[in-house]
Amino acid sequence: MALIIEAQGLTKRFGKTQALDGLSLTAESGQVVALLGPNGAGKTTFIRAVATLLQPDGGVLRVGGYDVRRQAAAVRRIIGLAGQFAAIEPAMTGRENLEMVARLFGQNRKSARANSAAVLDTLGLTDAAGRLVRTYSGGMRRRLDLGASLVGAPRLLLLDEPTTGLDPRSRIELWDAIRALVGQGTDVLLTTQYLDEADNLASHVVIVDHGRVVASGTPSELKSRIGGRVIEVHVRSGEDVATVAQLLGRFDHGEARIDQATRQVSISVERGGPVLMEALRTVEESGVEVEDVALRQPKLDEVFLALTGQPSTS
Amino acid sequence: MAVAAATLPVATPATRTTSIGVSTMQIAKRSLLRYMRTPQLIVLGTIQGAMFLLIFRYVFGGAIPIKGGIPYVDFLVPGFITTGVLFSGMAAAAGAAEDLQQGFVDRLRSLPVPRFSFLTGRAVADTVWNSWGLVITALIGFAVGFRLHASVLDGLAALGLCVVFGFAFEWLFIMLGLMAGTPQAAQGLALLVFPFTFVSSAYIPVSSMPGWMQAFASHQPITYMVDAVRALSQGHAAEALIGHSTGYLVSGSLLWALGFVVVFGPLAALRYRRS
Repeated sequence: MALIIEAQGLTKRFGKTQALDGLSLTAESGQVVALLGPNGAGKTTFIRAVATLLQPDGGVLRVGGYDVRRQAAAVRRIIGLAGQFAAIEPAMTGRENLEMVARLFGQNRKSARANSAAVLDTLGLTDAAGRLVRTYSGGMRRRLDLGASLVGAPRLLLLDEPTTGLDPRSRIELWDAIRALVGQGTDVLLTTQYLDEADNLASHVVIVDHGRVVASGTPSELKSRIGGRVIEVHVRSGEDVATVAQLLGRFDHGEARIDQATRQVSISVERGGPVLMEALRTVEESGVEVEDVALRQPKLDEVFLALTGQPSTS
Repeated sequence: MAVAAATLPVATPATRTTSIGVSTMQIAKRSLLRYMRTPQLIVLGTIQGAMFLLIFRYVFGGAIPIKGGIPYVDFLVPGFITTGVLFSGMAAAAGAAEDLQQGFVDRLRSLPVPRFSFLTGRAVADTVWNSWGLVITALIGFAVGFRLHASVLDGLAALGLCVVFGFAFEWLFIMLGLMAGTPQAAQGLALLVFPFTFVSSAYIPVSSMPGWMQAFASHQPITYMVDAVRALSQGHAAEALIGHSTGYLVSGSLLWALGFVVVFGPLAALRYRRS
């Protein structure tokens, strides 16, 4: 299998901050790779290095077989970048934006027009194509930004926190759009702070913290290492927290986590439903008054705690 | 949203770097559309220019005598038009900073375009924008009583000279914009144009300044440029006032313009590489 990204021992320092600290990872063609990590973990620095926007201080980075330092021009021909800050022009229409980027990719006027129309269609923006982008909603802007990274028919699409700041509906729409692209065989490297995003989109997840890879694997591999679900019990009286923690501890791999301030106890479990019923029965039998119960996905903090034994930096 | 599954571009990935001509034009077009579709900018800019011209013409003008019988309005308008390119340069600096801040530069850098096409694109766009401003200012000048005392061809040459100056200053302003990083800071840095425009022959004769200031005012580039435009548009009377021939002033001012491109072009490029 061809490697689309090969990184070995990448380092990058900004003043006192070691943004990349010996990061190594490989991504095979035909995969969607998600870099998951808190703010400041080095995700954006890495994606900027892949996009040839910055040069690593040390290490080796090859994209599609090209060295980003010595063959930056070749790398730029095969990548498409969509950023955290949608880099599209508000004073131009959606169509004008895409046609400009297509022309900058070296396409002639005719194919720029045809490709832009196709991308607008794919992203459901055809109706808004003639409107100035300044009238677009946040979700539409992100979609257009994604479109701008697509008109050049890139082999590798780089998405830096594509849904940060979007409302839930726009987020799901963008996910759909990304999934449609993946279906067409585009390789994707995306960064995210959200576990569910990585889970929804990626076939391979790389967890990054302090500029290094902490863990990697398929979403289900990682989840089985940390437990698939979290049960959270919120009790009425602070005095009962310890009792409930003891009762629930039996269902966890490790121990129940206690948050005294909010009177919450949480445990990680592999399969939510059946355990939830049993855990609730146990608590009920003990006579403790329960305010609220939730079954949810693990949060990034919990993933970190489980994988590294250290709380995340965010 | 319905995501169509089979309508992706059929384009093949780029096989080589896009030509500098195409990329410059695309980037220039974008910057120009940005200006043109911000009507506030056009209206405010025009009003501001007209207001200052009226103030100089009618408020200060009466108190500023010009030797050799040249009416103040004929003395002022060439200076006003020439220094206009510096004031619109402030918008260019802010524009470059915005492009950096809002991610446009990042997008360009990830595309297969020649590295410096951002700079050439901006320079072209800002020069076109400047020229538009020059024409408007000239028209307002004519409206308040300015007249050519030379051939129409000389008048057009004077305007053309201003376009060249605008292009030359562009590189300084792009560099300032990239250095500043934010549009606000860029506007702040660009305030540097004030001492250079006011301590020159643009609005008042240099001979009325204190001696130490004259030394600076008569040798700095803007004075050369203003005098060249003045001599071209006012003919012999202006040549007599300035004490140099039109040819001398035009070549001197063009040398200064060339100097700006030679010095600030590479500096802007260096700054762009690092930013």
